[in-house]
Amino acid sequence: MKVIETPLIEARNIRFSYDTKPILKDIDLVIRKGEIVSLLGPNGSGKSTLLKVLLGLLKPLEGSIRLKGRDIHQTNPKEIARQIAYVPQIHRGSFPYKVIDVVLMGRLPHKPFFFSYSGKDFDIAHEKLERLSIRHLADRPYTEISGGERQLTLIARAMTQGAEIFMMDEPATGLDYGNQLRLLEQIISLSHEGYTFIKSTHSPEHAFWLSDRSVMIKDGSIIGDGKTESIVNNDSLFDLYQARVTVVKLNGSIRVCVPHAISKHTRMMVSGDEEEIMFLPLTL
Amino acid sequence: MSRSIILSFLLVLLLLTAVVSLTLGKYPVTLSDTCLFFVGKIFNQRPATILDPDLLENLLLSIRLPRIIAAMLVGASLAASGAAFQAMFVNPLVSPGLLGVLAGASFGAALGMIVAKSWLAVQICTFLFGFAAVMIAIGIARIYRGNTILLLILGGVISGAMFTSLLSIVKYSADPYDKLPAIVYWLMGGLSLADGQTVLCVAVPMTISMVAITSLSGYLNVLSMGDEEAKALGVPVQRIRLLMIFLATMASALTVVIAGMIQWVGLIIPHIARMLVGPNNRILIPASILIGATYLVVVDDVSRLLFNVEIPIGIVTSLVGIPFFVLVLRKANRGWGA
Repeated sequence: MKVIETPLIEARNIRFSYDTKPILKDIDLVIRKGEIVSLLGPNGSGKSTLLKVLLGLLKPLEGSIRLKGRDIHQTNPKEIARQIAYVPQIHRGSFPYKVIDVVLMGRLPHKPFFFSYSGKDFDIAHEKLERLSIRHLADRPYTEISGGERQLTLIARAMTQGAEIFMMDEPATGLDYGNQLRLLEQIISLSHEGYTFIKSTHSPEHAFWLSDRSVMIKDGSIIGDGKTESIVNNDSLFDLYQARVTVVKLNGSIRVCVPHAISKHTRMMVSGDEEEIMFLPLTL
Repeated sequence: MSRSIILSFLLVLLLLTAVVSLTLGKYPVTLSDTCLFFVGKIFNQRPATILDPDLLENLLLSIRLPRIIAAMLVGASLAASGAAFQAMFVNPLVSPGLLGVLAGASFGAALGMIVAKSWLAVQICTFLFGFAAVMIAIGIARIYRGNTILLLILGGVISGAMFTSLLSIVKYSADPYDKLPAIVYWLMGGLSLADGQTVLCVAVPMTISMVAITSLSGYLNVLSMGDEEAKALGVPVQRIRLLMIFLATMASALTVVIAGMIQWVGLIIPHIARMLVGPNNRILIPASILIGATYLVVVDDVSRLLFNVEIPIGIVTSLVGIPFFVLVLRKANRGWGA
């Protein structure tokens, strides 16, 4: 007997606009447990808006979003927050709260209207910091740690919420190269623990490296949804970004993008289609 | 924990300040007489004081105590509202008057002085216009969609400017020999008119506001991370913000009712508190309340003792506040962000 699992998130026929200009048109999206889904699309294509609609923060004009089969707009916001966590784009923060105070906010969905944090709340928060190897930052001001550490703090807060779905808005943007790679590593390792990720990204390579599945958005519509390696290719990337690149497969598995403009400039020649790449070294 | 140690220390400091302030005044009362008098009151015995106990009764209970309690309430209310607004509007440079409550209440007081027959009517008028100004600010912010915090601030600017102009009209049309000086003097702020009965009346709503702001202070941290993050954490942002604005408005409007216009307290006290206990609002709010209360009692002592004539307390708070604000700016420059 085949068991059909209820999808975690099921969005049907979503239409959304801020004023009169439509931002999202007829979006259908189903998210299943354990996936890392990358949302790819140019600036202003509606990626961030889609994340906010899926979080229930914005109400679509039409269409429905079901969280584990229940209409998200009929669900108590605290109940939603216990299942989906929002990891916003990296920000500087406002007041120099301690890292532990920021992580503790993740306990809010578990608290009554009048509340104070208990020892248990602190324990959970510390445990999540420990899991991400940043427990030593607990008493540091959130505004004075590095961008990568701030992103990890927000992930620790998301874990403290008890959520299993993480919506991340361009998590790697603004991080230095090393922190980007360490962040991707953490995401992969958390996904092995059963967490589900939906993240917007500006880097097709991050999509290749992390995601089995990618969703391409252009002008508020989904123009591609499927296995990353089959839908993210030279043509679809040109269609999205009006930039010519060649997707190169290295060692038969890892894919990278080589931009034509740059390769011409450095006189490195790229020819042929994917997987039949010939690199002509500069010294030739 | 250190949290309760600091708060207990601040509470003791407040009580000591209050007791010492009871002994200060044109008519000197010794500390031992003050203590003996209150001990006698508690055990319902005639105290063996040097001064006549009936004189003490009049001096301490009818004149000084109401005034000191009024100073504590006003300082605490302004500091709590200021700290709450600074967190909610994600800006350490805002004060309780942000949404126009002080401008509205000042206009209400001036208008009341011209048309109303009784002081009670003036007080009611003060309170109502303080609320009206904030409601107008919220109304203006609701006309447009968009960044709620920014729209609220702009709404407050508009509402405040409107009531400031209206206040000018009232001043202009007031009798220049009798009413106008009274209005101007009142708006400089002062606790000389704080009588026991009024203080007792306003103490209840002010205390309720402060207790409520303190018990909701856990939400202020998350509100200062921005609306979307707070909503995504399941926090009913609009409802809590409106509730906080209501509580802060009630407390601030009542400060104008008993003490006229007192500026700068709500802006600088949260900063002093933040330097002492850090930015976490769960401890910052109670610390601000205690420091604000202590501060205004001290400033009131200065304003009634420094010279032969009493100086309006609002002038003293401004004179102290402005140089402090210059110091605060330096720190803001180093990165309070937002």
